[in-house]
Amino acid sequence: MNDKPYAIEIEDLTVAYDIKPVLWDIDIKIPKGVLMAVVGPNGAGKSTLIKAMLGIVKPISGKVLFFNTPLKEYLKKISYVPQKGSVDWDFPTNVLDVVLMGRYGKLGWFKRPTEEDVRIAKEAIKKVGMEDFMDRQISELSGGQQQRVFLARALVQEAEIYLLDEPFQGVDAKTEKEIVNILKELVKAGKTVIVVHHDLQTVKQYFDWVGLIFTRIIAYGPVEDVFTEANIEKTYKSRHNLTLKEPFKC
Amino acid sequence: MNPGLEVQIIAILVSLCCSLLGVFLVLKKQAMLSDAISHTILLGIVLGFFVVHNINSFLLIFGAALVGILTVFLTDALTKTRIISSDSAIGIISPLLFSIGLVLISQFASNVHLDMDSVLLGELAFAPFDRLVLFGIDFGAKSIYVMLLILILNITFIIIFYKELKLSTFDQSLAVILGFSPILINYLFMGLVSITAVSAFNAVGSILVISLMVGPPITAYLITEDLKKMLIIAGGIGIVNAVVGFQVASLFDISIAGTISTVTGVVFLMTLLVSPKHGVIMTLINRAKQKRIYILHALLFHLYNHEDTQIESEEASLKTICEHLNWTNKQLDKILNYAQKNGYVIMKDGLIKLTECGRRYTIQEYQSLIESI
Amino acid sequence: MLELIFSDYTFRIVALGTILLGIASGLLSSFVTLNKQALVGDALSHAALPGIVLVFMIIKVKNLELLLLGALFFGLIAIGLTNIIKKYSKVKFDSSLALVLSSFFGFGLVLMTIIQKTPTASQAGLNNFIFGQASTMLPHDVYLMLSISILVILLIILFWKELKIFVFNPEFSQALGFNNKYISLLFSGLIVLTVIIGLESVGVILISSLLVSPGVSARQWTNRLSIMVVLSGLFGAISGFFGTIISAISPKMPTGAIIVIVLSVITILSILFGSKRGIIWRQIKNKINNHKIIAYQWLNNSEINSLPIEALQFLTKKNYLAIQNNEYVLTNEGRKLIDYYKEAQE
Repeated sequence: MNDKPYAIEIEDLTVAYDIKPVLWDIDIKIPKGVLMAVVGPNGAGKSTLIKAMLGIVKPISGKVLFFNTPLKEYLKKISYVPQKGSVDWDFPTNVLDVVLMGRYGKLGWFKRPTEEDVRIAKEAIKKVGMEDFMDRQISELSGGQQQRVFLARALVQEAEIYLLDEPFQGVDAKTEKEIVNILKELVKAGKTVIVVHHDLQTVKQYFDWVGLIFTRIIAYGPVEDVFTEANIEKTYKSRHNLTLKEPFKC
Repeated sequence: MNPGLEVQIIAILVSLCCSLLGVFLVLKKQAMLSDAISHTILLGIVLGFFVVHNINSFLLIFGAALVGILTVFLTDALTKTRIISSDSAIGIISPLLFSIGLVLISQFASNVHLDMDSVLLGELAFAPFDRLVLFGIDFGAKSIYVMLLILILNITFIIIFYKELKLSTFDQSLAVILGFSPILINYLFMGLVSITAVSAFNAVGSILVISLMVGPPITAYLITEDLKKMLIIAGGIGIVNAVVGFQVASLFDISIAGTISTVTGVVFLMTLLVSPKHGVIMTLINRAKQKRIYILHALLFHLYNHEDTQIESEEASLKTICEHLNWTNKQLDKILNYAQKNGYVIMKDGLIKLTECGRRYTIQEYQSLIESI
Repeated sequence: MLELIFSDYTFRIVALGTILLGIASGLLSSFVTLNKQALVGDALSHAALPGIVLVFMIIKVKNLELLLLGALFFGLIAIGLTNIIKKYSKVKFDSSLALVLSSFFGFGLVLMTIIQKTPTASQAGLNNFIFGQASTMLPHDVYLMLSISILVILLIILFWKELKIFVFNPEFSQALGFNNKYISLLFSGLIVLTVIIGLESVGVILISSLLVSPGVSARQWTNRLSIMVVLSGLFGAISGFFGTIISAISPKMPTGAIIVIVLSVITILSILFGSKRGIIWRQIKNKINNHKIIAYQWLNNSEINSLPIEALQFLTKKNYLAIQNNEYVLTNEGRKLIDYYKEAQE
């Protein structure tokens, strides 16, 4: 086995919503410092994988380790960018306030953000190029700006591992490039970044690792090894057979 | 006719009227509008009373129907501004109109017999006191005839506009494209709901109206998904609730309206528990069964994946497998028992091994789970 | 009126009670409406009735603490039931609310008829829970209301951050390590507490309005949650105060109804004139925007001096153009406008 612990180690992960299996017996080991895309068709369980890693969805079996540490002890060092649609953008709040929410986890119950938190938030906002929009009501942001805000919120979590769920959804080309650059910077600084991604065209250009999933993991590893025609076809032409029969008796 | 029988007939008629309309109300996701309307028509009754000065006048129904439609219109208008969600709109309009009604009564009509309790809470037992007397002949309780009329009106409406109602309930935009006016149908329908509510609530009080409009339809919804069947079943359940509720109430001499709504709630919950398709019990059994299969599969796939590999001893040993699958010992014991009993696995030197048949089963399930082309 | 406020001890104490109730429910209503649970309060208040009556049947006296404990118990059962219905069936949430509301209330009525038949016990005062009458409250009742209102207010302040993130983005709150189950329980608990302390003064039917209207009104004036919550508390307080005064001056007036009417007037004014989202303000904004777009198209698509005279006059009036040496030239405003829309188009 490897001397250095993996950044993320998923073992035998199985998740089902009610009676519908979503992820089956997933085994993935992700080393530190990769920028990894998770791709697969709609309903393949990409978001569920991220949510299961964060404990938002409870798996039937399996476990996830971060640097050999269980989620509970490591949660504070994981950043999360949920899907854009998970939020009511009409909520009465502004950009700075949303980004500050990224600090809440570090604060814990009751405690209020300090000036230091505000400073960190402002820095992150500057980093994603939104400094002119600090006080902007979030409903007045464009799709790209919304994703920038979400990214800034993830940055202030000051994490080791970043999990992003479709950060390029509804984003203009310029913003997409800038987000990718920030992610690449993070990786350069030794962070590990996992991105649920839709656009197969840009996988090679943006990422150095890729995981192809369709309920189970079809293949994962460095892009040049894994992102092959055959694997992609296997992922996108898979079909579920979800009718579970009574098991036959031996 | 004896008063008891008359009350029972009224209860059944009211129940039928409400249940049938309620089916569409529930499917349109407007159940809480019945709550709103049943409260706001108080204002209609009060305003109507100021015009005709007779609390027993037939014309009050129209005042109530108008306010009912006004309620729908105002909530629609508020929702359309898109700054307020539809449930907030109901939560604003309904208490407002009801409050205006209350204030008007307290200021100008407190000497009139507009007993708030009976308006709101209803006392079905008093319904037969109001007789239909024509040419000196007593034809029975007036409510029976009123409700019969309303029932015929409702059934006629549903039959004539069945197609339009169905369309505007399930697919508003298609209805518009096909040239129906869902808005017109909606207001006609809501007018009917208001008329039904006000006639019913004269007899049974407004709370029972909500219960009857929502209870039987959602109970039927647990049993069928077919609109026609849903109408019939909802009607049937409405009748049963009315009969059981009334009998229980007369047995213990308690509020009839209250008992019928209680029975309605209980019948729904019972159905929710035991319904063969969607019942809680069946769902729980199915989920447990499915979960056991999943867990079994998780175990078998795990064993199969690591069979004859170098790390088999680590992955499949009794001691370590719990840790790998993140199961407690108890969970493992349970599933291992099941798997051994059915002959999928055997224990060998502290390792869990697939049997020949278990392997066959695993491969078959693995392939059938995900078919690659 | 002033005399009344300063001289009558009972009035002062009742007014204080309704004002605090208004504040507590107002603060909470911001979260309730943002979380799209406007009708939950309505269902809860109706569902609490059997709890009140049942306790009264057992203890035979009107002890507010115990009655409200009964209400609390049944309120929580009602929340639990709607959750179970949501979890195990495809019945829509509002349908299940309507059903729980009406069958619990019906059960309460049944219990009330049983009390009526018992010759020893009188149900005097129980009707107040249905229609609400603040003027008949005893000082003791008001103290209870006071303390629970203060508790609710304190809890909202204490768990501000958690409530905010729970309502805004529950998944993210879970990912930050907060347990949403606890926050959700706290939230439900706050709603139930507020509903039951409002029962006696405002009544079952109207208390729900206190959990909706202040929040909706406040939202029209601000885009900041903190200001919204303070405003909604203020609106609640104002309506509580006026409701009490009016029903004290004219004893026949039902307190709850007056409170709701005052509140509705505030709501309607806010929806019309609210500075952030109000209908009128938004229409003006739309008009200005349309003007700007027209102005931009004129400025961008053609040579300034070839524009028709009406356009030139309009643009000059709006300060996008100025006359220099008998010629129309672009002002800074005009340049800014062009840049703004060019950027927006990208």
